[in-house]
Amino acid sequence: MDKNSAAGSRLVELRDLRVAFDGVQVLHGINLDVAKGEALGLVGESGCGKSVTWLAALGLLPGKAMVSGSVKLDGQELAGGPRSVLESVRGGRIAMIFQDPSSSLNPVLRIGRQIVEALAVHRSLRGEAARAEALRLLDMVGIPDARRRFDLYPHEFSGGQCQRLMIAMALAGEPDLLVADEPTTALDATIQAQILDLLIRLRKETGMATVFISHDLGAVSQVCERVCVMYAGRIVEEGSVADLFAAPRHPYTRGLFDAIPRLDGGRERLIPIPGTVPNPKHLPKGCSFSPRCPRAEDGCREARPPLLALDNGRKLACFNPVPPVAKTAVRIVEEALA
Amino acid sequence: MSPLIEARGLVRVYQVRRGLFGRPIPVRAVDGVSLTVMPGETLGIVGESGSGKSTLGRMLLGVDDAQEGEVLFEGRPMPAMNTAEWRALRAKMQLVYQDPLAALDRRLTIAVQIGEPLEIHDLLPKEQRASHVAELMAAVGLRSDQADRYPHELSGGQRQRAVIARALASRPRLLVCDEPVSALDVSIQAQVVNMMRDLQEEHRIAMVFISHDLKVVRNIADRVAVMYLGRIVEEASSDVLFKAPQHPYTQALVSSVPVPGQLLEGRVILQGEPPNPANRPAGCAFHPRCPIARDICRSAVPQLRRISEGRAAACHVVAGEPVQAEA
Repeated sequence: MDKNSAAGSRLVELRDLRVAFDGVQVLHGINLDVAKGEALGLVGESGCGKSVTWLAALGLLPGKAMVSGSVKLDGQELAGGPRSVLESVRGGRIAMIFQDPSSSLNPVLRIGRQIVEALAVHRSLRGEAARAEALRLLDMVGIPDARRRFDLYPHEFSGGQCQRLMIAMALAGEPDLLVADEPTTALDATIQAQILDLLIRLRKETGMATVFISHDLGAVSQVCERVCVMYAGRIVEEGSVADLFAAPRHPYTRGLFDAIPRLDGGRERLIPIPGTVPNPKHLPKGCSFSPRCPRAEDGCREARPPLLALDNGRKLACFNPVPPVAKTAVRIVEEALA
Repeated sequence: MSPLIEARGLVRVYQVRRGLFGRPIPVRAVDGVSLTVMPGETLGIVGESGSGKSTLGRMLLGVDDAQEGEVLFEGRPMPAMNTAEWRALRAKMQLVYQDPLAALDRRLTIAVQIGEPLEIHDLLPKEQRASHVAELMAAVGLRSDQADRYPHELSGGQRQRAVIARALASRPRLLVCDEPVSALDVSIQAQVVNMMRDLQEEHRIAMVFISHDLKVVRNIADRVAVMYLGRIVEEASSDVLFKAPQHPYTQALVSSVPVPGQLLEGRVILQGEPPNPANRPAGCAFHPRCPIARDICRSAVPQLRRISEGRAAACHVVAGEPVQAEA
């Protein structure tokens, strides 16, 4: 396949993607590229537009949503195209898995049949060939004793195994991109680690790109190479995991890091971000984050900072960014004061 | 100082049916748990789903009754559920759940709901109730103009604050919190955790904090008990437990917590499924997933033993050998 020779080139291009519900704009012009085989993380609090971005791109939002902008897959425009184009892409070239796997599986169908169905739709496999391929997928995602459990119903599997089943179904179409929307949030820590491990391994084995949507920066840093931080329907910071985690520049990104309780160290007070995500109906003037921002100046409340490119692929939308110093500076100061 | 609440050998058995016509199978959700909570202390209880931690929390309040064992509150046995004595005692012990929307009545304003315990337990004269509700709202960080809002008009964090304010209305001595911040974003989670710590320190409320999130428990609990399939497998102060976990299950739990900037490689990833209480392995319940299991672990159930000052573990390997226990 030409998958490897084209590595590094753009697989998906989102340009000026906007979404409004009932006249209220919730997504304000997202520009985002996903390269072939890349693992991209999308982080931010709930209500920042992480999921809406990809639901809009795949045409999965309800009819009342007004979507505009461009969504290109390998240069082919998907937005506003005929239904048939989107349907050949969804589940085939781009697959999506969600937080709650049990609500995405049909409870009254045996799981083997559900996967065989996906293989029939996306790869026209029938009969023994479909069954053999389904078993291979179940093995691949780590369902033990797949042959014997082929004819079980979803409720006979645990939450972690249901997520594995969802991933197997997503793989049925041999997608070029897997969009995983909070896939581990509902799982226990030990099972979460298994699923993250699985996602990393599958990407290595199949070469598919992964978009990992999560509010858990820890999980994102393990799966992804690049991260976009979203706030109130916009991307506010973007960069490689290594750079961005070493020195977050946007005060919001910094706040997200500082808010994570630590396992090492003492029994400490946590460092919250004050306030909440603004209601899209009443976005604050200027920078949307300014009312919660410890570094906001007068100018931040007047004008909105554009997303500008820094060096080595980093982007930042902030007038008064965190200076690029060691990431634990705040902690060190606090410990010294305590 | 005597403990505020003490549990001795608690056992809770549910009858579970496999299929519509299956024979009921007894499932021991909580299987011989003993613990104490001192006044003003926070005990964290961690474990995976199915470990019995929520059932244990309900048993401490007498909402689920125990088939074996007993709960002592302030040194006296817990009265039977739904008796007048039990109801009176419930004012002193309150429960906070994970889902605030389910815990709140959608048709009542939050001020009315925060004031409800005062009415139920007839705690304050009517004319003082409104001002106490206003104080409670301020204490949990709700604005006074939010008093007349309905639950759906508040954010998740604000709703959980309202639930906590209601739990505090009767000035309880004990708060049992079951995953109180798990549904919140980290930024908001930190706000609520800090608030709970402040209120607890100010009013010297004892707390049982049940959560699967080790990072939150680390930063709120004084002491932590780790549960696996209905039993406590390790117990120690929060400082000691997370720094040097002894039980292999605790080690795996600590290792599975994703740390920003650290890769998965090199960490212990626990294999196998979360435990199913309906299908409890013989011997040590953890042995099928345990990296250091020996023959004895497959046959004999390890007891919770003291391994050093203020620290106990139930494991044949780390706490079983008399030589080690004595050292």
